[in-house]
Amino acid sequence: MTTYIWLIPGLPLLGFLVNGLLGRSLGKTFVSVMGPGVIGASFLVSLFTFVEMLDAPGYSLTQHLYTWIQAGDFTIPATLVVDRLSGLYILIITGVGFLIHLYSVGYMGDEDEYAYWRFFCYLNLFVFFMLLLVLGSNFLLLFVGWEGVGLCSYLLIGYYFKKNSAASAAKKAFVVNRIGDFGFIVATLAIFTIFGTLEIAAVNDAASVKLAAGGGAVTAITLLIFLAATGKSAQIPLFVWLPDAMEGPTPVSALIHAATMVTAGLYVVARLSHLFVLAPMTMMVIAIIGAATAFFAATMALAQNDIKRVLAYSTVSQLGYMFMAMGVGAFMVGIFHVMTHAFFKALLFLCSGSVIHAMHHEQDMQKMGGLIRKMPITGWTYVVGALAISGAPLIFAGFFSKDEILWKAFSSPFGHPLFWIVGVITALMTAFYMFRSVSLTFFGKSRIDPQLEHHVHESPWTITLPLVLLAGLAIVGGWVGIPHLLGRSLIPNVLKNYFDGFFAKIPEGIHYGDGLEFGLMAVSTLGALAAMYGAYVLFSRHLPLAGALRDKMRPVYRMLSNKYWIDEIYNLLIVRSIHWISDKVLWRIVDVRIIDGIVNGLAASARNLGGALRLTQNGIVENYAVGIVVGAVFIFWWLLF
Amino acid sequence: MTLLGIPILTLVIFSPLVGVLLLMFVGRDSGELAKWVALITSGATFLVSLPLFFAFDSATTQFQFVERIPWIVSWGVDYHLGLDGITLFLVLMTTLLTVVAVAGTWSQTTRHVREFMISLLLLEVGMNGVFVSLDVFLFFVFWEVMLFPMYFLIGVWGSERRLYAAIKFVVYTMSASALMMVAILAMYFYNYRATGVFTFSLLEWYQLDLLIEVQYWMFAAFALAFAVKIPMFPFHTWLPDAHVEAPTAGSVILAGVLLKMGAYGFIRFALPLFPGATTEFLPWLIGLSVVGIIYGALVCMVQPDMKKLVAYSSVSHMGFVMLGLFALNDQGVQGGILQMINHGISTGGLFLVVGMIYERRHTKSIAEFGGLMRGMPIYATLFLVIVLSSIGLPGLNGFVGEYLILVGAYQVNKTAAIIAASAVILAAVYLLWMFQRVFFGEVTNPKNEGTPDLNWREVSVLAPLIFLIVWVGVYPSPFLGKIETSASHFIQLVHTKPAERRAMLFPKMASSQETKPAVALRPGGVKTR
Repeated sequence: MTTYIWLIPGLPLLGFLVNGLLGRSLGKTFVSVMGPGVIGASFLVSLFTFVEMLDAPGYSLTQHLYTWIQAGDFTIPATLVVDRLSGLYILIITGVGFLIHLYSVGYMGDEDEYAYWRFFCYLNLFVFFMLLLVLGSNFLLLFVGWEGVGLCSYLLIGYYFKKNSAASAAKKAFVVNRIGDFGFIVATLAIFTIFGTLEIAAVNDAASVKLAAGGGAVTAITLLIFLAATGKSAQIPLFVWLPDAMEGPTPVSALIHAATMVTAGLYVVARLSHLFVLAPMTMMVIAIIGAATAFFAATMALAQNDIKRVLAYSTVSQLGYMFMAMGVGAFMVGIFHVMTHAFFKALLFLCSGSVIHAMHHEQDMQKMGGLIRKMPITGWTYVVGALAISGAPLIFAGFFSKDEILWKAFSSPFGHPLFWIVGVITALMTAFYMFRSVSLTFFGKSRIDPQLEHHVHESPWTITLPLVLLAGLAIVGGWVGIPHLLGRSLIPNVLKNYFDGFFAKIPEGIHYGDGLEFGLMAVSTLGALAAMYGAYVLFSRHLPLAGALRDKMRPVYRMLSNKYWIDEIYNLLIVRSIHWISDKVLWRIVDVRIIDGIVNGLAASARNLGGALRLTQNGIVENYAVGIVVGAVFIFWWLLF
Repeated sequence: MTLLGIPILTLVIFSPLVGVLLLMFVGRDSGELAKWVALITSGATFLVSLPLFFAFDSATTQFQFVERIPWIVSWGVDYHLGLDGITLFLVLMTTLLTVVAVAGTWSQTTRHVREFMISLLLLEVGMNGVFVSLDVFLFFVFWEVMLFPMYFLIGVWGSERRLYAAIKFVVYTMSASALMMVAILAMYFYNYRATGVFTFSLLEWYQLDLLIEVQYWMFAAFALAFAVKIPMFPFHTWLPDAHVEAPTAGSVILAGVLLKMGAYGFIRFALPLFPGATTEFLPWLIGLSVVGIIYGALVCMVQPDMKKLVAYSSVSHMGFVMLGLFALNDQGVQGGILQMINHGISTGGLFLVVGMIYERRHTKSIAEFGGLMRGMPIYATLFLVIVLSSIGLPGLNGFVGEYLILVGAYQVNKTAAIIAASAVILAAVYLLWMFQRVFFGEVTNPKNEGTPDLNWREVSVLAPLIFLIVWVGVYPSPFLGKIETSASHFIQLVHTKPAERRAMLFPKMASSQETKPAVALRPGGVKTR
C-alpha cells in the first residue's frame, strides 16, 4: 500500500483549483509558475513512484482512497494503480506535459483577451483527468478520466470561443466522442453482468474463465470498447473530429491531440489485452480499421496546406498504425509507438506552434518557405521530428517502433502480408508529406509576406528549450526498443524485458528467418529515404513542378483535401436526418398535432358537454346532493359487485 | 419515534405556514418585506429539516420520526407521518429548493410579491406533506393542496400564454388524480371487506391481497395519475407549456419537486400495492420509459426556446428515473432515487440560470443570444457546470445516478438499457449545442452588449446547487448509504405476497401478535386473508 500515488493526479488538480479560483486575481506571473509547477512536481512524484514500482512485488503499487459508489453488490472503489503500463504512461503524461506547459508560458504569453489563467486552469485539469484515466483501477474511474479529458479537450478546442469554427469544432469533438462513450458504457454494463466486478485486473484475470474464446459475448464487449477507442483515438469511422480540433491553441494540439489523450484508446485496448486476445474477430477488425485509417489519413495529409492540419492527419494515420499493431496482437509494440510518437509528434506540433507564433498566426505553408534561416532551432528540431516520424534509420525513435510494427503486421499469427504492404505504402506517404511540409516551411525560397518577413525571428527560450529536449527524446526514445535483429546480444531490448509477461500471450506464429526480416526492413527503409529525398527536392527546389503535378491530378487532389467529403456525408445522412425527424415529425406532428390535438380535442368536447350540462346546474343545492349520492352509490355498486 | 420527542415532521411541513400567516399582515405594497419574510421562513424550514439528515438511521427498514394521531375517527383517517430513505432526500430537496426559489426570484417578481411568496410557501407545505404522509387520505389531501398554488404561480405570474398553460396543467393533473381518488375510495372499501376495519393506513393496505383483475384497474388509475405527473410519454405535453410560461421559481419547484411526486407515487403506492399488476405491466412501463428517454432527447434537440429545451430534457431524464425504478433491483432503484435528487438539483439549476438571463434580456430564445462568454464569464462557468451535470459527466452527480440505473436496467432488460444508454450522445448534443449558441462566437446581437454578469446574490443562489453537484458526483456514499436500506425494503415489498408482508412491515409486533385472525368475507375483489 503506497500512500502518495494520489499526489500524482492531486497536484494537477490543485493547480486547476488554484488557477481557476485565484488565477484571475493573482496575475500572470503567479499562473506561469503555478501552472507548469504542479505538473513538474507531479512528474517528480511519478518518477519516484515509477522507480518504487520497479522494485515492488508484481511490479504494481496500489492506493485505495475510498469507496466511490456502492449499491447492492455493485461496488466501485476509488483506487489508483501504478503498474508497468500506467507507470510508463504517467511518465509520458507528466514529462511531456511539463514541457508543453513550459512552452505554453511563452506561446500563450500575449494572450490577454481570452484570459491566460483560464488556459492553464484547463490544461492542469486535463492532466489531472488524463492521469486518472491511466491510474484508475476500474472501468468507471477510468471512464471519469476518459470523459474528463474529453471535457478539457472541448474547453481547449473552444478556447478561442469567439471564432465560430472553434466553437463548432469543440462541440463536434465532444459529441463524436460521446458516440464512442456509448460503446464504453454498454461494454461495462455487460462486463459487470458477466464478471460481477468492474475492477480491470480482476476482469483480465478471469477473462479466459468467464468468457468463451471467440464467443459472442467477448466479441461484442471488445467491439464496443473498440468503438469507444475509435472515438477517442480518432479512427475510422469517428476520426472526423480530430482535424477540426486543430482550432485549439497549438500546445493543446501537442499535448491532447497528439501525445496523450488520443492514445487513450490504445491504452484501453492494451490494458485489456487478455480480453481482446479472446476475440480474434475483434482483433481482425482492429487491424483492418487501423490499417485503413493509417492509409486514408496519410492520403489526406498529402493534400493539406495548413501546417497543423498536416500534422493532424498524420496523427490520425500514426494512431492507425498503432491500432494495426494492437490488432495483430503486438500490444507491446503498439505501446512502444505510443511513446515514441508522443515525443516526436509533440515536438512537431510545438515546432509548428513556434512557426505560427513567429508568423503572427499564419498557418498556410504556401505563405512560408526558407524559415530555417530565421528560426534555426525551430527548423532543425522540426527536421529531427520529421526524420523520426518518417523512420529515418538506425538513430531516430520512429524507425524502431515503426519497423517493429511493420514486422509484426507481417509475421504475427494475426498478421497478414497485406497489412505489411499497406503499412509500407503509408510509411512512404508519411515520409513524403512530412518532408513536403519541412520543405515548404523551412527550405526553398521565402514566400512570406514582405511586410511580415522582417518581424519573423526565433522564439524565446521557454519555447525553444522544450523543442530541444523533445528533439533529444525523439532520437533516444527509440533506443529502449532496439529489436534483436539489430541489437543482437549487445544491446538489450529494454522495453521488451520491461513488459515481459504483462500483455496477453498470443500463439506463436511461423518462425521467419532473420534474412526475411532484414529484407523487409531494407525495403521500407530505403523506400522511406527515397520518399523523403523526393519530397525535399520537389518542394524546396522545384515548386512549380509540384504545382503542375497537382494541377494534373486536380480531382484526386480535391477529393483528398476535402477528406473524401466524409464530413458532408455524415452531415447529410446522420445529423440532418435526425434533426429533421425530431423537428418535423416528433415535435411538430407527434407532440403538437397528435398528443396535444387529442388533449385539446378532449377539452373542447368537455366544454361542449359542459355547455349541455350547464342546464343541470340550476343552483338548487338539493339537486346536486342527489346527484352526488346517486353517483357515489353507482360507483361503489359497480366496484364492489 | 419522533426526534427527541419533538414532532419534527409536523414542524417541517407546517413551518412555512408561519410565514404565510406573517405575510398576511404584510402590507400589499411592501414587496421587499414579503421577500424577506419568505426567505427567512423557508430558510428556517430548511434548517428545521436538516436534523433529519443527521438523525436518520440508515440501518432500519421501518419508517422513522413517525407521528400518528387519529384524525377523522369515524372514517378511520389518521394523521400519520413517517420518513424513510426514499423520502428523506426528497424532503430535504424540497426545503432546499424552496429557499433557492425564493432567493432566485428575488428581483424577478415585481407584481403581487406577497401573494407570490404565499403561494410558494403553501406549495412547500403540500409537497412535504405528500412525501411524509403514510395515510392515503392525508396523502391525497396534500396532493390536491399542492395543485392550487402551482396553478396560481403559472396563471398569475407566468408569461404570455400563462392561462392556457395553467389550465392545461390543472386539467391534466386533476383528471388523472380524479381517477386515482376513485381508486383510493375503492381500496378503502376493499380493505374493509377484507379486514372489517375502515382505515386509510397505507401499511394496512400493503397487506391487502387483491384479485389480479381488480389490481389491473386499480393500478391503471394510480399509474395514470403518477404518469401524468412525472410526466411519462405520452402524457407529457403539459410540461413544456407549463415550464415555458411559469416564472423561474415555479419552474424550479415544478421540475425539482413536483415531477418527483409521480415517481414517488409509483414507489410508495402503485408498485407495492398492486404487485400482481406490476409484474404484468412492467415491460410496458419500461418500454414507455425508454421511449420517453429517447423521444424527449430528440425533441429537445430542435427546441428554439431555452426553457422548452430544459423542459423536454426533463422528460428524458425522468424516463431514466422510471427505468431505474422499474428495474426493481438494488442498482436500478437506488440509482432511480438518487437520480430524482440529481434531476432536482441540475434541472432546478438550469431553470435558475435560464431565469437569470431572462431577467436581463426578457427573452429565452436561443437565437437571440451568442457570445455571452466574453461579458459574463462567471455566468458561463456556472451554467456549464450545471449543463455538464445534466449531461451526466462522470465526476458530477448525474453520472452516478444514470450509471446505476443502467446497471440495474441491463440486468432486467438488455435492449432497454442499451437504447437508454444512447441518450448519453443525445444529451451532449442538445445541451452543448445550446451552450455553444448562447455563449460562444462573437456578440452578434447588439442587445447582448454589456449584459451584466451575475451578482453575489445570484452566485450564492447557485452555490449550494454546484456544491451538491460535485459532492454527489465525487462522494455519493452519504446519499446512497441512506437510500440503500429503504430501497431494498421497497424491492422486497414488491416481491412479497401481500398476505406475507406483515412481518416485514411490523417486525416488532410480529413476534407478540403472530397473525391477525383471518377474515373471510364475501368474494368480490379481494382474496380472503
